[in-house]
Amino acid sequence: MLIAENITKQFSGVKALDNVCLELHAGKCNAIVGENGAGKSTLMKILSGVYPDFEGRIIYKGKQVQFSNPKEAQDCGIAIIHQELNLIPYLSISENIFLGREITTQWGGLDIKQMRERTRGLLQKLKLNVPPDTPVHQLKVGQQQVVEIAKALLIDSEVIIMDEPTSAISESEVEVLFEIIKSLKQENKTIVYISHKLDELFKIADRFIVLRDGRCIESGDMPGMQHDDLIRKMVGREIKIIRKHVSNNCNEALLTVQDISLKHPARSGENLLKNISFCLSHGEIIGIFGLMGSGRTELMETLFGLNARTFSGRISIDNEEIIIKTPLDAIKAGIALVPEDRKKDGLVLGMDVKQNISLPVLNNVESMGFLSNSKEETLAEDYIEKLRIKTSSDTQKVKNLSGGNQQKIVLAKWLATKPKILMLDEPTRGIDINAKNEIYKLIQSLADAGLGIIVVSSELPEILAISDRILVMAEGALTAEFPANEATEDMILKAAIPKTI
Amino acid sequence: MSSKVYIEDQKIKPNSPYSPPEITNPKQYRTYIAKFQSLIALIVLCMAIGLLSDNFFTVTNGWNVMRQISVNVCISVGMTLVVLTGGIDLSVGSILALAGAIAAGLLKFGIGISSLDLYIGFTLLGGILAGVLTGTLLGTFNGWTITKFNVPPFVATLAMLTIARGLTMLWTEGFPISGLGENFSFLGSGWFLGIPLPVWISGVIVIAAMIMTNKTRLGRYIYAIGGNESAARLSGINIHKIKIIVYAIAGALAAVGGLIVTSRLNSAQPNAGISYELDAIAAVVIGGTSLSGGRGTISGTVLGAVIIGVLNNGLVLLDVSPFWQQVVKGVVILLAVIVDKSNSKN
Repeated sequence: MLIAENITKQFSGVKALDNVCLELHAGKCNAIVGENGAGKSTLMKILSGVYPDFEGRIIYKGKQVQFSNPKEAQDCGIAIIHQELNLIPYLSISENIFLGREITTQWGGLDIKQMRERTRGLLQKLKLNVPPDTPVHQLKVGQQQVVEIAKALLIDSEVIIMDEPTSAISESEVEVLFEIIKSLKQENKTIVYISHKLDELFKIADRFIVLRDGRCIESGDMPGMQHDDLIRKMVGREIKIIRKHVSNNCNEALLTVQDISLKHPARSGENLLKNISFCLSHGEIIGIFGLMGSGRTELMETLFGLNARTFSGRISIDNEEIIIKTPLDAIKAGIALVPEDRKKDGLVLGMDVKQNISLPVLNNVESMGFLSNSKEETLAEDYIEKLRIKTSSDTQKVKNLSGGNQQKIVLAKWLATKPKILMLDEPTRGIDINAKNEIYKLIQSLADAGLGIIVVSSELPEILAISDRILVMAEGALTAEFPANEATEDMILKAAIPKTI
Repeated sequence: MSSKVYIEDQKIKPNSPYSPPEITNPKQYRTYIAKFQSLIALIVLCMAIGLLSDNFFTVTNGWNVMRQISVNVCISVGMTLVVLTGGIDLSVGSILALAGAIAAGLLKFGIGISSLDLYIGFTLLGGILAGVLTGTLLGTFNGWTITKFNVPPFVATLAMLTIARGLTMLWTEGFPISGLGENFSFLGSGWFLGIPLPVWISGVIVIAAMIMTNKTRLGRYIYAIGGNESAARLSGINIHKIKIIVYAIAGALAAVGGLIVTSRLNSAQPNAGISYELDAIAAVVIGGTSLSGGRGTISGTVLGAVIIGVLNNGLVLLDVSPFWQQVVKGVVILLAVIVDKSNSKN
């Protein structure tokens, strides 16, 4: 269907792709796997016309093609669905789908009726049961993704590239997506599927292509591949997570949370969190699992003072009750939060490494009321070394770093506040396996040093691997608690699925 | 509590060491040019005007230009801080007028409350302080509405533009307040150590603002809020407080500008400072500060203000019609932003 030969792409002297060859087969789901920085996104951007200049050639349906912009690639039938969806929130589904290719009546006006009908047809095919006039912002993320797919189908795309399609959607939405992919395969469409989540690939992919450091390592058929083999090909070495469990003892709790409730900001009478109580000991790692909308992020935010007006309940640290009204109160009490979305909430991307690390502790790097450059540098260098942040210098802008290193900077920033309790919300989202493992080790060594740690994650294997104790949330309430060595994926999932629908 | 961190398993080596994009020579050269492009533009501009006019490169004209731009510099410094947080302040022109009028009115007439048979006279310093205080209060009010009620800065300060202008008209009853005395006019027209006093004032403000933005927590917080407000909030920064401070500073600096203007004319005009906010925004933009916040410098703004000032002065010297002057100024603003954008793209 599509063959790319000897693709090389350089960014100011650095080879992002080095002689990559790949073959995409029609009617198959082709998985592209590789760590962050392996060149997956670059390759996809070349295929979809975002980067017009590169070495090598692309042969599509037997002919050599050259795209100078994404529109040309789309016209040829190659569509890409980006990780961050490109929809306009306040326009309706049909307006979004037809954006840029509106159907007009003979008078030159928009033929709303026909567009609506065609949208309805597409949505039916994709089994999304909502009216075509629904504004996109009212849809769930998974549904918005379906709208993107509908957009790709509208232009009769032959090749549909999906970049990390499941990174933001819940398990049930993933199932729906997989059904859609299966039916697209039956229509002989070529699916290119990029994901970090290997388990998914084994469910959905027919072929795999492994990229590493900008080179194509291996490609082949998915059936018959072993999970561990694939990982080894991706990283070139074996990975193990060391498990070490601390027993919990609530009598000498570091953090005690009692009856936390949180009112819904818009709907009165509804609660986002319902009477949550738990405790956390020194050196313990608690894993909190919940599906989207279970209230796991709200819980973290409440403990960090972001919902001061709408919450009730008691929080004590070392058996002393504290009042947390702002993030500053939380920081002073020794609580740190590594937020879910590091680009949105964790980092100031335009600032450099040093400035990001020192941001919450600027009062520590002052001398006589002015910021001291040398103190700031010492602080930053210290954490760059301890956390092995790969950066050319402490004055590198953080937006130029990879996801894993950015996450380490967020960690560094919070460790600099010398917290007693470290809360991490989805600490490994969107980062590669090597960086994930480094972060797991870091979390464990921090726990060994006596910190109390709460990890929120929607990835079951992650929760099972690093926690000492697992709490499960559903619909704003705690529904189960397991010691990690007794928990299984089934048990956790059962407790996480909402009872009322 | 030690948060010492170590990674025990040495078997896992960091994957291919991160190699930063190497800056090759031509690109380095480019960024170097980009950094100083405004300065280069200014030098070229001066050269061109100097060639065309004999009066440009004279000491008198030099001080003249400096004195003319000092008001815009004062306002623009405050505007830069506001823009760095991602906001905008449209009310500075009106605040300038009100602060000047209040200072002038108090100096000349004081406050008399006839029913209580009370009269309060104001000294020079008292009048000046009252003017600055007026600006600070209105700026604080701006910040308060923006943070407390979540009013977009554009709207909040647009409202203040009208409010402050109306208050100025009420206070002056629509007539200039003139005859403010020798001492007061020293502020705008006096010289100190061979340099005009307004240049001293704006110079001190610029240096203080440079130190503030680069070397203090407040400055860093301003950049952080503009760069990513949400991350700044989670870092324990009191966003509301910082924003209110920034708008208060902008108001205070507009008031200082108002005092200089009033003093130089020795008269408070009710319609002083109309459209000054636009000159200030122009200086900020030419100086390379991003209107979406987080990126920019005080020195850039000063350069922007100087470019506008030199351009104004040069066009007058060259006898260009005032109508064309406006067109030229607009084109320069556009060019500056276009060049800046194409640079940041590269």
